[in-house]
Amino acid sequence: MDGSIKTTEIMKSGAEAVLRALKDQGVDVIFGYPGGAVLPIYDAIFQQNAIRHILVRHEQAAVHAAEGYARSTGKVGVVLVTSGPGATNAVTGLVDALMDSIPIVCLTGQVPTHLIGNDAFQEADTTGITRQATKHNYLVKRSEDLSRVMHEAFHVAKTGRPGPVLIDLPKDILINPAPYAEPSSQPHRSYKPRTTPDARKVAEAVALMKRAERPIVYSGGGVINAGPEAAKLLIEFVRLTGFPCTSTLMGLGAYPASDPQFLGMLGMHGTYEANMVMHGCDVMLNMGARFDDRVTGRLNAFSQGSKKIHVDIDPSSLNKSVMVDVGIVGDATETLRALIAAWKADTHPQDREALAKWWQQIDVWRSKNSLRFTQPHDPGSIIKPQYAIERLYKATRGQAKETYVTTEVGQHQMWAAQHFKFDKPNRWMTSGGLGTMGYGLPAAMGVQVAHPDALVIDIAGEASILMNIQEMGTLAQYRLPVKIFILNNQYMGMVRQWQELLHGNRYSESYSEALPDFVKLAESFHAVGLRAEKVEDLDRVIAEMLAVDRPVIADICVDQKENVFPMIPSGAAHNEMLLGPEHKANSGGYNGGSVTDEGLVLV
Amino acid sequence: MTEQNIALRSATISVLVENESGVLARVIGLFSGRGYNIDSLTVAPVERDRSKSRITIVTSGTEMVIEQIKAQLGRLVPVYRVQDLSKEGPHLARELALIKVVGTGEARQEALRLADAFRARVIDASTESFIFELTGATDKLDAFLDLMRPLGLAEVSRTGVAAIVRGKATIE
Repeated sequence: MDGSIKTTEIMKSGAEAVLRALKDQGVDVIFGYPGGAVLPIYDAIFQQNAIRHILVRHEQAAVHAAEGYARSTGKVGVVLVTSGPGATNAVTGLVDALMDSIPIVCLTGQVPTHLIGNDAFQEADTTGITRQATKHNYLVKRSEDLSRVMHEAFHVAKTGRPGPVLIDLPKDILINPAPYAEPSSQPHRSYKPRTTPDARKVAEAVALMKRAERPIVYSGGGVINAGPEAAKLLIEFVRLTGFPCTSTLMGLGAYPASDPQFLGMLGMHGTYEANMVMHGCDVMLNMGARFDDRVTGRLNAFSQGSKKIHVDIDPSSLNKSVMVDVGIVGDATETLRALIAAWKADTHPQDREALAKWWQQIDVWRSKNSLRFTQPHDPGSIIKPQYAIERLYKATRGQAKETYVTTEVGQHQMWAAQHFKFDKPNRWMTSGGLGTMGYGLPAAMGVQVAHPDALVIDIAGEASILMNIQEMGTLAQYRLPVKIFILNNQYMGMVRQWQELLHGNRYSESYSEALPDFVKLAESFHAVGLRAEKVEDLDRVIAEMLAVDRPVIADICVDQKENVFPMIPSGAAHNEMLLGPEHKANSGGYNGGSVTDEGLVLV
Repeated sequence: MTEQNIALRSATISVLVENESGVLARVIGLFSGRGYNIDSLTVAPVERDRSKSRITIVTSGTEMVIEQIKAQLGRLVPVYRVQDLSKEGPHLARELALIKVVGTGEARQEALRLADAFRARVIDASTESFIFELTGATDKLDAFLDLMRPLGLAEVSRTGVAAIVRGKATIE
């Protein structure tokens, strides 16, 4: 591919070629941290104004910030870190982006080419370390490859199934002059992801769905990744067919949560109705989800009576864990458009009567109100975490600003997914696949950088937030008014919940001993600290938090013993859900032993 | 799971890749990272300008796993084409072995007679040893090695399998 690119000009340094390539790729902001090997790039950044650099406090946070930026804008997030520890610190973020299919380009510095392999200062085998942590990575060894690799990295990151791409840049390559070529329209030699669905398979899928009596649309992060148009088409398709729709954690917001055809999230902590529908359906359309183990529960009991249609842009997702009847490789936008057209073209009448009966059954399941909780309102009552999220959600609805929510990982994340309703795509940023504690604050930072006027909330736990708390400094420096809403139960709540339910109440190392005073912590980082200890404090604290145009930490002291329900225990089937504490059997087992030793092994 | 899904089969997979640094590590890392077997692996450039390499992998697994392996290989950026030779009609698979047999007297003569029967070539000889060069399908090499074992088999170097589809169809 390089042979045919016209060299347009010689840049005076590789670093300048890097910045020029970023500019030509439409990059306006990068998240990074300087160091010896990338000093030439920082010098070039100093001498230009086109690209803004956000200085983070830890390289992991740079990647999460870029992820937040990418998820909330649909653009590629860009990271710049130095060699050695800079690169290794970024690895968690890269794997996070890989698991959740987030387009990232990560530039790492490297020791000069003649020192590679010499155990030089701050040398690490970055491409070796990140080979399995990225969609693809490059080590640029010749100046003449530099601009091609830069452009190719963006192409690979954002096309097909998106993901992180890393470019390792030796210092001599950054210092020496380098030829620069603009992005080429030539196709890549070997990488050619397929986006257009096979029309025959689309017709086959529609034929199945037309004859469905108990259908379900199970939508995932692929619909979000495909862009807002895909979400619109999903709504059109679901309304056209009258089918119920459920969503994975990653897919929330693609189909409006407030719509009556939406059943809520499915999976381990999904709603009763969503999981019962998955269990009992006769035709399932999986649109851009991947039959993750949090969703399927025990595989050999997963939706056994259904014909399954799976649409995914990644051919390796098809038949990976669940064998499907119709596998369609394609982009969600293109495939939904094709499905809508084929649905209209197929003259076979839909069995509306059966569908109505199915909806009646769904309403029965719905009436269980599986997300219910009881919040005592007497003054002095302790706050239930679900109630805190519900009040936060209500308060944000009254805001003129667009609201974006990120989370850390654990109980608070599940409660946020259950009780915060998203009606638009790209408003919900959470670490789904990797489950990275410490994701939410830097991700919120990236979202706020991309949307300076929006309301950005990190719903956090007191344990997770401490994993990247140093980013409070970044919030202060760039005046990013991120709201950190901590559901503080003084436990690593999800660990505590599993220990209660599966390990005989032995709370081994899950108590958050010696917590900081989050109000003072906020103040020391030039932010506003607030605290709600009793139910009557909650609305006032939320209102105050939303009213302040500065970063805020709201420390919400919640019930320590609350568990996330519903819950499908490890190794159980979708219809073996625990709906609440009343379902909890004696410690160490569940419900007449539906958690088997096999289930206990699963995470 | 149906029986077809649990039954293990062996697969010979050809992968045409961009001949760039790290590409073999990507393929091997994929196999180790996802817990797939590698029974044999060979790699060498196959284009005149050395721009492409061909990797031949012999692996085994259930049908579902082998389909996964192919899909996972296919999504590596420098991969041009993945071909499951065990599925795409008849194919030829060969490997080469260099086999050192040490001994004297009757055993030595018997080794030479068997080598002749297997069309193994003697490429080195001393008064107490032979080195045979033998090319063939994996089971032929295995059979020969079994015969050599009691006759003083001392050392073996095998290339692993190279394979290609019969007829005029090509991988590209």
